[in-house]
Order: sequence, then structure tokens, then C-alpha cells
Amino acid sequence: MDCNKQLLRMMLLIRRFEETLTDLSQESQKLGGMMIVCTGQEAVAAGTGAALSPEDVLITNHRSHGHLLAKGAEPDFIMAEIFGRRTGYNKGKSGTLHIAAPEVNALCTTTVVGGGIPIAVGTAFAAQYTGKDFVTVCFFGDGATDEGSFHEALNLASLWNLPVIFACENNVYTGAQRMEEHTRVKDIATRAASYAMRTEIVDGNDALAVFEAMKKARADCLSGAGPLLVEFKTYRWGGHNTTDTQAYQPKDEIAVWKGRCPIQKLKASMTEAGTLTEDEFRRLESEAGKQVEHAVQFAEASPWPEPAEALEDVYV
Amino acid sequence: MQQLTLGQAVNQALREEMARDGRVFIAGEGVGIGIHSDPRMATHGLLEAFGPRRVRDTPVSEAAIAGLAVGAAVMGLRPVVEIMFNPFFTIAADQIVNHAAKLRYLSGGKSAFPLVVRIKTGAGIGAGCQHSHNLEAWLAHSPGLKVVMPSIPADAKGLLKSAIRDENPVIFIEDMILNFVPGPVPEEDYTTPIGVADIKKTGRDVTVVTWSKMLGVAFKAAGQLEQEGISVEIVDLRTLTPLDENTVLGSVRKTGRLAVLHEATRTGGFGGEIAALVAEKAFDALKAPVKRVAAPDIPVPFSKPLEDFYLPNENDLMQAVRGLFSSAP
Repeated sequence: MDCNKQLLRMMLLIRRFEETLTDLSQESQKLGGMMIVCTGQEAVAAGTGAALSPEDVLITNHRSHGHLLAKGAEPDFIMAEIFGRRTGYNKGKSGTLHIAAPEVNALCTTTVVGGGIPIAVGTAFAAQYTGKDFVTVCFFGDGATDEGSFHEALNLASLWNLPVIFACENNVYTGAQRMEEHTRVKDIATRAASYAMRTEIVDGNDALAVFEAMKKARADCLSGAGPLLVEFKTYRWGGHNTTDTQAYQPKDEIAVWKGRCPIQKLKASMTEAGTLTEDEFRRLESEAGKQVEHAVQFAEASPWPEPAEALEDVYV
Repeated sequence: MQQLTLGQAVNQALREEMARDGRVFIAGEGVGIGIHSDPRMATHGLLEAFGPRRVRDTPVSEAAIAGLAVGAAVMGLRPVVEIMFNPFFTIAADQIVNHAAKLRYLSGGKSAFPLVVRIKTGAGIGAGCQHSHNLEAWLAHSPGLKVVMPSIPADAKGLLKSAIRDENPVIFIEDMILNFVPGPVPEEDYTTPIGVADIKKTGRDVTVVTWSKMLGVAFKAAGQLEQEGISVEIVDLRTLTPLDENTVLGSVRKTGRLAVLHEATRTGGFGGEIAALVAEKAFDALKAPVKRVAAPDIPVPFSKPLEDFYLPNENDLMQAVRGLFSSAP
């Protein structure tokens, strides 16, 4: 399939998925508590997913729905997990925050900020140790680079020349803190340079740029060039989670970034190139809507786990 | 039979398992080329035997070492990583407690994390409280982990081989003093089951539950108490979690008295768990209240007389055991 169309399709799915969760979380009967969504950051997920192979490993963080969908995880099973149902990827043990989909090598979603980065060193080590051709992509936010785990992991990955792509989604905010409130560093990428690691800064709202950067990063990793850090400059349209009032996010700033919508950006370039009509865009939008609607129906119709199932799956 | 220290027994287990299974590798600070070249140390000679691909010296990065193990394990390798001293575990704790222990559960039982974290521990080496601090109760409080603390070299060999073959994360805690005490170790390939306590000495009048190097203290006390006419049964827990409740309860039902002896500090120590277990499930068998013998609630001090004061000894245990008889009905 045409790569642009694949990217567009995935971004539309992620957008609808996250908007639906945002709506559902505000209808208190439907979903308990908060949702952490990636609305506005779809290009990073879609571009990365399109660049990866099924055998590649994904390690991600709390803002994971887009990453998981783009890695090929089933919307039905993600949604069911978010609903806490037995049919979810993790039988209701994980919920929205910790989904693992080993079926597509999405092996860890961790909500301990920075917690996944050392694990990515381990999965990448396994590739090197066994001589298998796969890379690990590890997503984290700008805030995670303030954690010790980030620095320990990057140093070791660099020292051992491991096939891992550290993918920093710099969405301007860490909780309620702007970049300049938690670090003097202007670009997160400079932190990786201190470990003699290759770095790249990419427009995280340009799906095609993300795809091209990750495709090259993957090929370089597999050729033995060692790890690298790719910093994606993007923006979180919503708050940290769906209960966040965003009092600290200037409205005009949000408006500027909405003007850089990754979906509209790709749509415009495809339209200009004559590879997308308005009708076709609407059709893709409608398909995404149906997929998410199906996922919600599947989740709502799925059984809750029996309470005693809480005792299962602790040990092998 | 060969006489080995605990460290040498661990070394033999590592050699045998690495030879048996190519998925096994070891990593840690100084596991290849360390500052000591002492044949009594657990990883001595492994680099020469297995090469740098499988014996990985790491930077001083405990979180990365533990994360390496978690990631390698989920991919099907069998990492055995070393955290040099128990207090340094706190730097690796996020990876061990939040990830190694929980990720299988969070996967809904789809993923497995067959890793071993070897941790050296114990007071009595004159290194002070940031090298010596027995934290086994912290680890035992993390569902998803198995916590093993061998007391004798033969058990160490068999338990480590079981740990490496186990599909779950196992924390394997080695007391450093035991690295200097040789004992008989079978030469053949054998495993010792995790989750099974061992009655190291049978007795009639009182049960002493203990683990790790306090086993030696229990034996010293038992020898003297026998001369006073008190017959002591010594249960070596060997594994804290999963806890072998039946062996503990069976012994207490037989003797009717219990003293728990551990090196870790008293409050929040695992001895409280043993006492609670017996209170819940064998209260009717008790002829006297349960006693705990443990270190005082202080950091491990440096100076020799202070460190000796910290460590529970045979006199502490004997006094506690005698108390069980004076308070009997």
C-alpha cells in the first residue's frame, strides 16, 4: 500500500481512538478515572510503526495507545483492556497504563517514568547476543531524560553498541512543567551526544519525516552502527491526562500547534500531490471511526474477569 | 566430598549452568575482571572459561544492570546479574520491584522473566551500613519475586541451579561471611528446590526458624542448650518466598515453641511474618509466646565492638529460648 496512505490511515485510527477515550472518560459510567492520550502526537507513532518490522521490539510509556496501534496491536483488545475486561490484551491486569502485546512484540508499557529505558538495553542485548536481526524502539518523553535510568541505560547501550533506537517524544510538557522549568537543555538530543551516541532531531508532526528517520535508524542499527537517540519535536494538545485542566498551557500555544496538526499536514501534501481526494479522506476517516466503534462495542460486550482471577499470572 | 565455600559453590553452579545452557550469561560490576582475584569469589575464573560474550563486566550502573536482565529475560535469555552489595539494590529496585516482579502479571501471564539477581549481603565485614544491610524483607514483600537465602554451600549450589532454571525472577542473596566457611558440596549436577525449607537439625522442645548465616549461630546455641536439657530443632528457611509454611508449622506443632532468628533488623523483619504465620495457623500448639531474635533497629555500625553488638549471637538466642521455658505454663 502507498506509504502516505498507510500513515494517514494509522493517524486517523489513533486520533479517533484517543478522542473516543477522551469522550468516554468524561461519561463517568463508561470508564473509571483518567485517560492518558496522545492526541496531536499521532505522526510519531504512525511513522515509527510503518518503519518497523513485526520482529522489532517496542518498549513504551504511559502515553502508549498510539505506539501500540501503530505496532500492529488490535484496537479491540486494547480497548477491552482499557475497559478492564477479560478479553483485553492482559485480561484486565494492566488497564490503559501498562498494556503489553507480546503478539506484536510490544513487550512493556511502563508508567514508571524512564523505567523502560534500561529494559530496552536488555532486549537489544538479546538481539546482539543471539545474532538476530531486530531492533528495539524505546519511547519516552522529555521528562524521562531527567531520570538516572535514562543516563545509565544510554551509557551502557553506547558502550556495548546495541541495536536500540531511543525515541524521545518531546511534547513540550512534563506533567505541568515546560522544558525550561525542568532542564537547561534546549534539545534532548544533546544529552545522548554526551554518551558518544548518534542523535537526530525530527519534526514529530511530519509523519513522513518520522517514517524516513526511523527507517534509516533501523537500517543503521541493523548494520551495526550502534544505538541512537531520535528526538521528535511535537506537542500534547490535551493535558497530561483527561482530568488535567491545562491551566498551565497557554491557549494561543495550543492553537499554534493545532495549526500544525499532523493529519492535516499529510492530507495537504497528499492533496497537493494529487494522491488524495476529499472523498477518499472522508472514507478513511469513516473507516477509522468504524474500527474504533467496533472496538468499543467489543469491549462493552466482553465479560469482566472473575474476582479470583486477580490471583492468577503472578508466577509461571 | 569436595569442600567449598558458599562463593565457590555458587561458582560451580554458574559454571555448570553456563556449560549446560547457552542462554545463560552473567553481568555485573567486576564479574569478569574484578579488584579481587580471589578463588573463593563467586565469579572467579568465569571470564577465562566462557569469554567476554557471556561474562559481561558493566559500568557502575545498578539500574541498567537490572534492566538488562529484565529485557534479556523477556527475550528468552537466562541472565544472572550481580548487585555487588545489598544496599546498592535500592538503585536497581525500580527494575526489580516495579518491572521484574510485575511485568508478567501486567502481561496477563503472556510473558516470562526468567532472571536471577545475585546480591551479596551481611554484616561482619567491617564495611559499615552502606555495604551491609539485609533487605530481604523488602524483597519478600514484592509479589512476583522469589527470594532465596542459602545458609550452606551445598544448598547454595543446588538452589542457584534451580534459580537459573526457574521461569520467574529469583533474588539470590549470598552472605559474604559464608564465602570464607568451607563445607561439603556434592560434585554431581543436582538442584535443590526453591520454596522448600530444610530441617537442619531435629529436636524435641523448641523450633528455631532461621536462614543465611544465622544458621551457624543457631547451631552454636543449640549445642549449649542441649547440655541444659533443651532439645532444639533448627528449620533453615532457605527460601523466604514462596514460604514453606508446612515445614515451619509442622515443626512448631511438634515442639510447641518457636524462636525466629535473623540478622536483619527487628521491626518489619521477615521474622514477624513467621511469628504471624504460627499465630494464625498453629496458635493452639504453642506452649509459650513466640520470640524474635534479630538485630536492633539501627544501621550496621562500623567499629568492631559496635558491629559485634549489632549481630545477633548465640547468647541472644539462648536467652530467648530459655525464656520460652520460664514462661511456659
